[in-house]
Amino acid sequence: MSNRGPADTPPSEYEDEGRERLSYVVGLVLALLLTTGAFAVVWLDLLSGGAALAALGLLALVQAVVHLRYFLHIDLARSHRDDLLLILFTVLILLIMVSGTIWILYDQHIRMMA
Amino acid sequence: MSLSERLHPGLNLAGTDPEGHEAAEEVLFGFWIFLMSDLVLFAVLFATYAAMSVQGIAGGPRPAEVFDLTAAFLETMLLLLSSFAFGFAMLEMKYRENRRRVLSWLLVTGVLGAAFVGMELHDYYVMITAHAAPPQASGFLSAYYLLTGTHALHVSSGLVWMAIMAVQVMVIGFSTPVKLRLMRLALFWHMLDVVWIGIFTFVYLFGVVS
Repeated sequence: MSNRGPADTPPSEYEDEGRERLSYVVGLVLALLLTTGAFAVVWLDLLSGGAALAALGLLALVQAVVHLRYFLHIDLARSHRDDLLLILFTVLILLIMVSGTIWILYDQHIRMMA
Repeated sequence: MSLSERLHPGLNLAGTDPEGHEAAEEVLFGFWIFLMSDLVLFAVLFATYAAMSVQGIAGGPRPAEVFDLTAAFLETMLLLLSSFAFGFAMLEMKYRENRRRVLSWLLVTGVLGAAFVGMELHDYYVMITAHAAPPQASGFLSAYYLLTGTHALHVSSGLVWMAIMAVQVMVIGFSTPVKLRLMRLALFWHMLDVVWIGIFTFVYLFGVVS
């Protein structure tokens, strides 16, 4: 960056900025790799059937964690756990609602077909 | 509590604007709660889609017949780069408060986001005209348009919000309320990208594989 701000800014802020800039860059690189990997599994037919679905699900989970960590700056160590607890609680609710919905609708489907 | 501590999700103002940093904790946490509840909305749409894409074909086209993975990949890239550009806008805001640079990064973010919405509308157009796959054709397609449409609507409202924030930056400059609004918009924008991970995986990739 050519524009370096006022001269009286303490140098530690530039270190902070470098660290935070790096966080976005690392997040982008990891996200690009994971996305390309997920599409490659399908495009190149690397896996099929259940193995492909499991691999894609895993890649998506890892990429979601990468986005939370590097773009939304949520982490385990330094924080303020409220944000993390809220995410974990939301994930719990999501799992109950999503798996419950899929289960019930599948069960209804089987009964309708029988 | 040290002011250099991280107080909320997203980029913190600690180090450059202690006053704004303290004011941020409450409003950003509140906004985070909204985002989590928004995530619940998307989860229910995902669950509906998961059931409908298997059991709701109703003699209509199957997912693998109507999805264009190349378009989905490009849309993923557009949204990812847009999210990344917003990160750089936030860094410029935090460390330099340089209006021109922040506005340029916001413009990059907005153009990429608008290109994403444009591509999605084009996808809909191709699906409806070339594949005879309108929303009313089957439960699968209703759920598909509802899920991706809700996401596209979120991105579009993010774009409107972004335009409003650009005007506020030009007219008001970087007062604490304006900064906090931009920080909330950043959280919203990054969260929409997280939801898109679910869409490109569970809708497009799963649809083509199975």
